[in-house]
Parts: sequence; structure tokens; C-alpha cells
Amino acid sequence: MTNHVLSLRGVTKRFGGLVAVNAMNFDVAEHEVVGLLGPNGSGKSTTLNLISGALPLTAGNVSLWGSRISGLPAQTINRKGVSRTFQLVRLLPSMNVRDNVVVGAVFGHRRRWGHDANEHAEKLLERVGLGGKGDMSLGQLTYIDTKRVELARTLASDPKVLLLDEWLAGLNPTELQIGINLIKSLRDEGRTIILVEHVMDAIRSLCDRCVVMAAGTKIAEGTPTQVLSDKKVITAYLGDDDA
Amino acid sequence: MSLTGTDTRNVLLATLGFGVCALLPFADTGYWLGLGVTIAMFTALATSWALFSGPTHYISLATAAFFGVGTYVTGLGIETLPFWALVGLAGLIGAGLAALVGLATLRLSGVYFVIFTLGLAELVRQVITWVQNNTGQKGLYVLTDLDEAGIYWWLLGLCAAVFLTGWLIGRSRLGFALRIIGDDEIVAAHSGINTARAKILLFMVPGAVAAMTGAILAPRYVYIEPSLAFAPILSFQVVIMALLGGASRLWGPVVGVIPFTFLLETVSSNFPNQTTLVIGVAFLVIVYLLPNGFVGLLDKVLHRTKANEVT
Amino acid sequence: MDILITGILLGGTYALIAMGLNLQYGVARIMNLANGEVLVAGGYFAFIAYTSTQLSPVLTIFVVAPIAFGLNWLIYVLMLQPLVSRAKNRGQLERDSILATFGLSFIGVGLMLSFFGGDYFSYSFLAVPVELLGNTYGANRVLSFVMAVVICGALYLWLNRSRAGLAIRAIATAPASARLVGIDVKNLSALAFALGGAVTAVGGALISTYLTLDASTGVVFTLKALIIVIMGGVGDVRGTIVAALLLGVLETVVASLLDPGLTLAAAYVMFLGILLFRPQGLFGKKVT
Repeated sequence: MTNHVLSLRGVTKRFGGLVAVNAMNFDVAEHEVVGLLGPNGSGKSTTLNLISGALPLTAGNVSLWGSRISGLPAQTINRKGVSRTFQLVRLLPSMNVRDNVVVGAVFGHRRRWGHDANEHAEKLLERVGLGGKGDMSLGQLTYIDTKRVELARTLASDPKVLLLDEWLAGLNPTELQIGINLIKSLRDEGRTIILVEHVMDAIRSLCDRCVVMAAGTKIAEGTPTQVLSDKKVITAYLGDDDA
Repeated sequence: MSLTGTDTRNVLLATLGFGVCALLPFADTGYWLGLGVTIAMFTALATSWALFSGPTHYISLATAAFFGVGTYVTGLGIETLPFWALVGLAGLIGAGLAALVGLATLRLSGVYFVIFTLGLAELVRQVITWVQNNTGQKGLYVLTDLDEAGIYWWLLGLCAAVFLTGWLIGRSRLGFALRIIGDDEIVAAHSGINTARAKILLFMVPGAVAAMTGAILAPRYVYIEPSLAFAPILSFQVVIMALLGGASRLWGPVVGVIPFTFLLETVSSNFPNQTTLVIGVAFLVIVYLLPNGFVGLLDKVLHRTKANEVT
Repeated sequence: MDILITGILLGGTYALIAMGLNLQYGVARIMNLANGEVLVAGGYFAFIAYTSTQLSPVLTIFVVAPIAFGLNWLIYVLMLQPLVSRAKNRGQLERDSILATFGLSFIGVGLMLSFFGGDYFSYSFLAVPVELLGNTYGANRVLSFVMAVVICGALYLWLNRSRAGLAIRAIATAPASARLVGIDVKNLSALAFALGGAVTAVGGALISTYLTLDASTGVVFTLKALIIVIMGGVGDVRGTIVAALLLGVLETVVASLLDPGLTLAAAYVMFLGILLFRPQGLFGKKVT
């Protein structure tokens, strides 16, 4: 209760007859990096969507600093300091790289406008490794760079809580190391981070704690080493007996 | 807020352009002035329409409804209030009505919005006709000393106000928010934008402008009746002109207004029964040949010549 | 009681027209705003057939249906399919198809105006009273209702029992997944669009036996059909029928108790209520 930034209590999502997320409970402490793991289709991204307000909850509640945010529209949750990236990168095709980042700075948690917003965007581009590419159009970017733009946009509102949906997926080993360092530096400056991730290296070196899901339910919680040796987790990933 | 060199140049050019246009009544007070009134009317309507529909991609067919409400504001109030107050009042009522329509439909997908606005003029027309039948009133006489030149200048002033508004919105946070909504509404919401509010606010602009246009043009009709004031064809003409010119730029719709006004003028004076056919063909031309309007075509040509220069 | 039955009789034909539109929107994903013109054209056909050769509208529909089917199929394949394939997303297709079918609608009105002029047309077919539950109604209205029920019933059975019907329902539910299980989405969409057009034209032929039409009334029917489809829920046959009957009754109530000039306004108020409180349709499941 005291220093929990984010708490999920009985969070449930039903799509027709399918229960995608079933009574999830977990807390995230300040400055913590929590990994949300689980096989494909286990409900990780849906959980993220429920936190960010992309989808309404069927039952349960999500609270930020002890006050309820579930049921609020996505824009309000964003303004309260929760910002996210998307599993399939979503950028704005009619704008150049810099304006895509400015988008995050103008309306979000901490607001900037005009020259101030541009300068802020430029700084963030530098930080994610896209310095000097502000005037490029999105079509000129590589896949990795589009992910960087999206992260910069997410950071532009100076969020307290970051939700990263497989942001490290598809990076090569060098890029992965840069990515991991970047996320570490975000935590070091005081942000709280929840990441949905499959890349085990990243999970081991980044996460303070992990929550593992299977078929919409939480099956394990603990440090990366603990959960990755948990029998239930291994069964969920590899199946019964033949492990 | 500061003006760059190009901004100052554009403002000067626009002022000059409006100045030249304002001289028209001194050159001719017959056919050409009449045409000038039509063009000014459609410029105000189509430009304000594109302010909303350009970034959001919603197709509004509510123009005729707002326009009709505006003519009725003048028709009902001309005995009691000065003309300028009626134009202002029409603007307020139009904006309010647009806000209500927006509240009901803009949270939903585009189809609902089109259908709702399509029948809006007919709805208001039926209600007004019913009220008139029950009160025994038929039409309204609007008698003023405003002549054609006066109407023209009023409309020109309104056009200037629309351009100024559009230019200011383009530089504002609201304008930026709408560009984002047009690109990806989910990203917009997750970046802290209240998408419904932004859309409703912007929809109030064409609502107010169309009502003001109706209020200004009421004296021209002299006698107002529902079927004249709420002619649904107006909404379609505005859509065609705006899209033909191109809704992506502030000056795009004017490029569509001028040729299409001449075309309709020619067709309706030579083949009066074929105007519907022309409107139908114009829609198909927009969809199949000019999806981004003349502006888009121009951009493409410029792009190509630029590319050729480089290689 | 009298009002209720008149309303239901009217609603029956509305159901037929709305079914046509629902097939086109639900399956082919084209919000066809030229639907009303297809209806009026069907009416004209019946009118001409009756006045020139005394052919009964009940038989005319067997000529109208295949012609409308063919015409709508051509329109879909030649004009709308290119829009489907060029659309980057659902929104763009919606916008393009709205504009294109508006174009077709105006062209339809324009053509009918130049061929038949702008006059109202009507003819007297089976204008004899029949007695139902103590009141009398026009035999043409009753006949149209019966025909509408038969056609709606046949469509319903076809959609729910046949293989093609199953495939069409699959496309309506999930077009992308339908392709994955080997359903020919392209051809079946064309088929559904053409079928929808045929159903609407037949509805027009039936309605012309008791309503007066003219070249430019199409848009009123388009609007009513749209309102019914949205109220009943896209792709929902049962909802469409209930919504159509509701609209028929509401219009009759307003016309006989208030003012016949307010029917569309009444339909609109109902539409507004749906938009505000049940945008997913009367029987639609709430998307949570």
C-alpha cells in the first residue's frame, strides 16, 4: 500500500466466452522493473492494454498511487503519467521523425509546446540514438529506428510509469545490449517500468521481479531466477512430461 | 507566438487577395457580382468544412441544416435585431447545434456520423414545416436595405475570418491534436489527447460558419420557406468542392470551389435537368481520379519534377 | 390496433429493403448509399411492366431480381472491388465507398430523371380492401407483406442452412479469418452485394404497389434502411426484422396521430436514441 505505484486487483477481461485475463493481482513498487512473461496468447499484452486504458476491464481494478485508474479513458491515464509503446509499432505516417516525438510532449503528463517541445524531442532523439534524424520521414527508417522513435515519443511526456510491449523483440545482439542499457538508464532516473518480453537475456539483466502468466492467470511471481526455475513456468512454456 | 518570413508573406498576399476581391462590386453589379456571391459563399462553406473533415476524415453532410438554421435566424429576428447581431447569433446557434450533433455521433465510427448528418437537414426541415403548419404561418419575408454588394462584402469578411481561424488552428495544439487523430486515433488517445473533445470543438467551426453564411444570404432570398432554406443538395456541393480542391490544405477547397461553380453554372443554364448527373459524376471523379484533390495532384507533380532535378 | 397492423404491414417491406442493405454492408463491407435508387428503379420497372403489359408485380419481381442481381454484381466487380483492394484500412474503404456510392446515387437519380421525368408515379394494383381482425386494409399492402415475409424467410433459411450461407456469415463475422479457411471472400462478397441489390429492387417493386414514388425519393428509403440496419445490428437478420417492424409501427403512429410530414423526423429521434444508448444495435452484444 505504501510505495506501490501500480496495483492490479482481480483484473479480468472477457472477450465473449473467452477469458483472456483472469483475476490478475500484482503490485509494482517505485523504481522497479517488472517483467510480464508467459507463452504467446497468455494475456500479457491484454493486461498491458487494460492498464493503459486501451481496453475496458470486465472486472477488478487498477490503481495508480492508490487511486483508481481503471475505467478512465486512455488519455486521462496517460496524463496521470502512464505511457506505453505498442507491440506492433504505431507511428504517425504523415509526420516526420521529430514531430512524431513532439506528439508525446504536447498533450501528456508533462506538457510542452512550440520551441520547448521541439527542443525536448531533439534531446530524446539523441538519447535513443537517433540524433540528427529529426527531419527524416518515417519511410527512411529501419525497423529498429521506428521502435526508437516510438520509445522517444513515449518518454516525451516524462511518464512515471512506462509500459513496454515487446520493445526489445527483433533486435540483433548489439542493438539488444544498447536497448537494455537504455532501459536501465530509464529506471536509474526514477521511472517505474513494466515490460512484456520474451528475450530471456533482457529479462535476466533488467527485471527486479517477474510475473508469469499462462492462459490468462498468474502462475508465478518472483525474481527472474526464481520464476525461470519454477516447475509450473517450465510446464507452461514447454508442456507436460516431455520437458 | 512569432511570425516567420513566409508567414508574413502569406498574410500580406492573403490581405492583398482579399483587397482585390473586395473591389468586384465596383466593376460589375450584375452577372459577375452574382457569381462572386456564389463563389464567396462556397469558399466560406467548403473551407470551413475542410477544416474539420480534412484532418479527421469524417464526411459531414450537415451543411444544409446549419445553413437553413442560419437563414431562419435572420428571417425571424430581422424585425427586432440589427443584422450584425443576427449573424453573430446564427454563429452561436450553429456552433451549439454542431456540438450537440458531435456529442451524439463523433464518439462512434464515421458511418454513423455520415448517416446522421445526411438526414439532419431533412429532420430540421420537417420540424419547422410542422411548426409553421400548426401556427398557421407559411414563409418569412426578409426585407432589408442590404444589396448584393453588401451581401458580397459580408461573405468576403466571413471568408477572411474562416481563413484566419484555420490558420490559427493549424498553429495551435488543437490543430496538432487533429493531425494526430487523423493519422492514428489510438496513438492520439495514448498520448493524452481527448479525441472526442477535439473533434467536437473542431466540428463547431463549420457549424458556426454555415449558419452565419445562411444568415448573411437570407436577405437575398427575400422570401424564406423550409424547402428552400434546407435544400440538401448544398451539403453535397460543399463536399465535392472541398474534396475536389483538396482538404489537406487551407487553400485547397478554393481551388475546387471556383471551377465547380463555373461548371454548375454552365450546366444548370444549358442543361437544367442534368445537374444531379454532374454531381454524381463529380463524386466518382473524386474517388477514382483525384483522391487527394487538385492539391494532391499538384503535390505529386511538384514531387516528380523535384525528383527529376535531383537525378 | 388498426395503426399497429398498418405499421407491421409497412414494416414488412422495410425489412426486405433493409435486409438488402444489410447483406451489402455486413458482408461486402460497402455502405451502399445508392440503395434507395435501386429500390426506385425496381419500382419503375414494376410500374412500366404493369401499365404497358398489365404484368402483375408479383410476377415482375422474377424479372426484376435477376436484372438487379446482374447490375449490382457488375457495379461491385467494376467499381467497388478496386476500392476494396486499394484501401489501406477499414476507415479508408468506408470513406471511399460512401463517396463512390453517393456518386452512383446521384447518377441513378439523374438517369431516372432524364428517362422518366420528375413526376410521381403510381398505379392501381389490387387496390381492393381486405378485412383483417375487424378492419380493412389494401390488398396490395397485405400481399406485399406476405411476399416480404416469404422472401425474408427464404433468405434466413439460406443463410443459416446452406453451405454458401455459412460462408457468407463467416465473412460477415471475420473477413480475414474466413480467407484462411479457404472461403473465396472476393467472389462471395460480390455475390452478397448483388443479392442485396436484388432483394432491394424486389422490395421496390412491391412497395410501388401501394406507395407513390418519384425519381428522387430514393434517398429517403436509403436513410430508413440505414437506420434499420444500425438499429438491428449489422449482419443480424433477426434484429433487422424487429427494427423494421418497429420503424413501420412508429411511422404509422406518428403519421396518423401527429402529422404525416414528421415520419422521417420520428425515425430520426429513434435513431438518435439508439446512437446514444445502444450503438451496438438492439440485440448486439456490448463490446467490453
